[in-house]
Amino acid sequence: MTNVRYTKDHEYIRIDGDVGTVGITDYAQAQLGDVVYVELPTPGKMVTQGGEAAVVESVKAASEVYAPISGEVVAVNAGLPDQPATINESPEDKGWFMKIRIGNASELDGLMDEAAYKAYLETLG
Amino acid sequence: MADSGPLLTTPLNAAHRALGAKMVPFAGYDMPVQYPTGVLAEHLWTRESAGLFDVSHMGQCFLIPADGQFETAARALEALVPADVLSLQHGQQRYSQFTNSEGGILDDLMITRLGLSGHEHWIYLVVNAACKDADFAHMSAHLPAGVTLKIADGLALIAVQGPKAVAAVARLAPAVSSLVFMTSMDTEVAGIWCHVSRTGYTGEDGVEISVKNEDVARLTAKLLEDETIKPIGLGARDSLRLEAGLCLYGHDIDTTTSPVEGGLTWSIQKRRRIEGGFPGAARIQAEIAKGASRVRVGLLPEGKAPAREGCEIVDPASGSVVGRVVSGGYGPSVGGPVAMGYVPKALSAPGTALHLMVRGKPLPASVVRLPFVPNRYHRS
Repeated sequence: MTNVRYTKDHEYIRIDGDVGTVGITDYAQAQLGDVVYVELPTPGKMVTQGGEAAVVESVKAASEVYAPISGEVVAVNAGLPDQPATINESPEDKGWFMKIRIGNASELDGLMDEAAYKAYLETLG
Repeated sequence: MADSGPLLTTPLNAAHRALGAKMVPFAGYDMPVQYPTGVLAEHLWTRESAGLFDVSHMGQCFLIPADGQFETAARALEALVPADVLSLQHGQQRYSQFTNSEGGILDDLMITRLGLSGHEHWIYLVVNAACKDADFAHMSAHLPAGVTLKIADGLALIAVQGPKAVAAVARLAPAVSSLVFMTSMDTEVAGIWCHVSRTGYTGEDGVEISVKNEDVARLTAKLLEDETIKPIGLGARDSLRLEAGLCLYGHDIDTTTSPVEGGLTWSIQKRRRIEGGFPGAARIQAEIAKGASRVRVGLLPEGKAPAREGCEIVDPASGSVVGRVVSGGYGPSVGGPVAMGYVPKALSAPGTALHLMVRGKPLPASVVRLPFVPNRYHRS
């Protein structure tokens, strides 16, 4: 069973042992529109929960992607900057941004599970 | 600017929603920013075929001289803008700006002398949505008693833009194909009375069509039956005009920029340069003679990161901030980032290397000639 958590800013983190794969949700990509640019962190970078971890830009605007949890970036989706449209086509699979080694597992408790995130989306109309 | 009250709507609001548009507030109006295909596809479609834009939020009005003499209306308008209005032929159109006494720009606008029989003394203006109330007040305050401002709030406005636009409109109104760039005619399109101008805001050939509010939905539906025409939102309108190097009021030009700084000297015809007689003429004539100290230029970032409005422009030689990006983003037809900004005259030559500060990092960019995408106006 997959263990995915969500933030109110529409990032997801798919947890596999002590590493989480981070990206933006399908709702987020639909809101952004066509993604034309992505800036990923350098592996080894320490990120903090709620801090800026990446940048994603549509034709119209730039948006920050925030780290759902604190920890070290251990891998990035290196092909993404050359194929930013992957974020629109497959946001929660091929369009992942980075893998973070979970520094403090208790931070996950403050994130939403899938049911809670779906309920949250409904409040956004 | 718009009040924070309820959003206004254009007569095409229901049509936009039926087409699946994502609606956003713009200049006080509820407007389509994109349709389901998205900004990128809409932009590219306009460059290769034809796009239909609802621009009914823009302000339309007429200046009508009581004595029936075009010259009376033209002279009254020339007191507010630096363009040569007097020399306009029947149906001819010119781009200009309302200037203030300091030579700054209050708004930019299109000026047309009507060609319609019996109305050749009328002047038709199209101004920006966000400025229209101020523009109408400005004109009311300054027009002489013999010239009446008639606000045309009974008219909608659509643009059909792209290499296949005129052919598509001409299938419904054959006479339209005889228009050249910056001329207009009054004609029926699909049996509906329209004022059609061969102009636009995309760098492409195309027309803008002024039509009665009650007819615009029917006209739009008829145009969208043509498979070469698709509806296009404000998102692609902005990326198209940016690639075309065209100014967006409030961003690329405003009360702090003169027409000369803005690279709009071409819109001030010779007689006006010599005679003056428009607000801010002293500054503008001096800048035409000696050059402005700063100018609007095209900026092409070297990498893939867009440099957006507000980014500082740094001279790498001195390390000092020399200007700011006024419009910037991703150019879908260019396939990369494009921007415009103001730089000192000495740093304005094409090829000049500059840095654009994006998220605190200096990104190399060079000054380039505008437009980014060659314009395809039908000049003759």
